[in-house]
Amino acid sequence: MNTLACVKRVPDTGAKIVLTDDQRGIDTSTLGFTMSPHEECALEEAVRIAENRDGTATALTLGPEEADEQLRTALAMGADEATLLETGEGEWGPVDTATAIADYVAEAETDFDVLLVGNESADAANYQVGTHLASQLDLPFVAGIKTLDVEDGTAVAKREVGGGEEVYEVDLPAVIAVKEGLNEPRYPSMRSKMRARKQEVASAAPEPAGADCLEMVRLQSPADDGGTAEILGDGPDAAADVLEVLRDDVEVL
Amino acid sequence: MVLAIVEADGDAPAESSLEAVTLAREVADRTGEPLEAVAFDVAGPGAGASAGGGPDESGDAAGGSIGDALADGLGEYGVDDVHVVSHERLDAYAPEAYAAGVEAVIADRDPDAVVAPGSDRGQEVLSQVAAGRGQSMAANCLAVESVDADADAGGDAVELPDADGSYELTRQRWGGTLIEEALLGGDPKLLTAAEHEVGFEPAADPADPAVHALTPDLEDAHFRVQVDRYEESDEEGVPLGEARVVVSGGRGVGGPDGYDQLEELADLLGGAVGASRAAVNEGWRPHDDQVGQTGAKISPTLYIACGISGAVQHMVGCKGADTILAINTDSEAAIIQKADYAVIADLHEVVPALNEAIRDAK
Ligand SMILES: Cc1cc2nc3c(=O)[nH]c(=O)nc-3n(C[C@H](O)[C@H](O)[C@H](O)COP(=O)(O)OP(=O)(O)OC[C@H]3O[C@@H](n4cnc5c(N)ncnc54)[C@H](O)[C@@H]3O)c2cc1C
Repeated sequence: MNTLACVKRVPDTGAKIVLTDDQRGIDTSTLGFTMSPHEECALEEAVRIAENRDGTATALTLGPEEADEQLRTALAMGADEATLLETGEGEWGPVDTATAIADYVAEAETDFDVLLVGNESADAANYQVGTHLASQLDLPFVAGIKTLDVEDGTAVAKREVGGGEEVYEVDLPAVIAVKEGLNEPRYPSMRSKMRARKQEVASAAPEPAGADCLEMVRLQSPADDGGTAEILGDGPDAAADVLEVLRDDVEVL
Repeated sequence: MVLAIVEADGDAPAESSLEAVTLAREVADRTGEPLEAVAFDVAGPGAGASAGGGPDESGDAAGGSIGDALADGLGEYGVDDVHVVSHERLDAYAPEAYAAGVEAVIADRDPDAVVAPGSDRGQEVLSQVAAGRGQSMAANCLAVESVDADADAGGDAVELPDADGSYELTRQRWGGTLIEEALLGGDPKLLTAAEHEVGFEPAADPADPAVHALTPDLEDAHFRVQVDRYEESDEEGVPLGEARVVVSGGRGVGGPDGYDQLEELADLLGGAVGASRAAVNEGWRPHDDQVGQTGAKISPTLYIACGISGAVQHMVGCKGADTILAINTDSEAAIIQKADYAVIADLHEVVPALNEAIRDAK
């Protein structure tokens, strides 16, 4: 069974995000990059399915040349093959992104049984690359998945809803958008990282279809609430003050 | 006309749907258009569980009980007409069939914009509509507002729709850490309302909506994906998303055993335990407990953050809390700027002392 995992390169930032001067991007001069978290789980799942069901796992990213770094990580995590759809400068919209991936899938030598994407990317969170991809390939699509069991010809996928889970059974091939929590992505070993450095990464430079009607104008940081907490104490003695706050101010007691 | 997609929670509109209605009303007010809604009358697995259309025992296809019940709630929010989609084959949520229902209303009513809730289903159904049209939707919108793209931040007000027919809108990026100003084209414009962000308010002019039953043409292809069954969770205690108090632990908790004290505090306050991504990555807590951009977004009355630094991706999950109390050894931690109250101390000393104090006080 052959799997494809589509991953996105995003800045790895835990601190306050600093914008570029033109306000059209994040200042990444001091930041590292990472694979967007939902997609990291998509990749892990693709590798597991390929391992357990005797097939291959392909990692694909659409992004700048530097996204080679995330593909190397994907190879180190066990992907058999990796493909970079290079975009150059600027960010592609969701329809153009999905179209480029769909074109790749249609022409690939491998027939993919399970196509995994992240539910939404950490940065743009457009929530629709998977839907457009499935629609263009005329495949079933399920989103928001946190449990997945792949059997011959079908996938049983579960989505959390209030108080339980909805269960979907879909025929394969299918496109499945997953959320973090689906699995625990593995940490690649030093050896697999070394090996991944030498592996081949296929690349292509598709042209944007120009189909998107959503255009970013500018980014802003939300107004800083900039307050500072009222300090209730600096040791176990603070418990009495906390108790008072819980009882009288917050009224949860 | 501006169309809002509405999910039912029992027989009332779900909160995230009221947010979609509120955003749709903003657009309708600006453009001077009427506001209409589309809802689904579906009984079956998980129908009511995630607010997907109320359980309608009768299976009545004539706009039935759900439409009338919803109409009451939606009128208050200024909705003029409610289109209720039902179909004999639609006995459980099916995203492509729902999208076909929305398409049927679009074909009939030719809306200027369609606004969906930012819930899982709202994002999914509208993205299906978008995919069917080969058109982009704008997810997680905060406002459709008049920001002149060339003006300085703040912008000049212009009327909507603007010259080229695009909407100027703001939407969330990075889970709300950044705001994007964007232009959205398309006919109709497709957008979802950022969940827990847009807020909802009854309209100044309530309406008395007419209910219209609608049965779309559905084919096998619309049922390739459909909820097969619903499995109830066997988790005990208060679910994280509904808890009034959440006691969350981060890397500072130091290990899985350290959560015993947090569990106890949560119990004493009738709340639930949450965690940061760092703690989840360490394997100390299941991912279902994770609060943040890639975890749960919650809005409890009180959020107690123990040993959590307050990274932006964490804070977007708990910024809906009315009050935040931080317990941290580091007075410079980012969370101290974001919390209402703080104790600068080792959580392993403070939490047991607090548990004792609460027990004594009870
Ligand atoms: C795309 C993306 C998405 C992300 N999504 C999420 C998300 O959904 N949720 C999330 O939480 N994070 C998320 N993160 C990770 C986030 O950036 C932080 O890495 C993470 O929140 C840090 O967790 P922490 O505060 O527990 O750990 P740390 O940053 O290590 O902080 C630990 C804190 O504990 C304090 N401490 C240590 N010992 C004690 C003690 N004994 N008593 C009291 N205090 C103590 C320290 O002073 C410190 O402030 C995401 C990151 C990325 C890039």
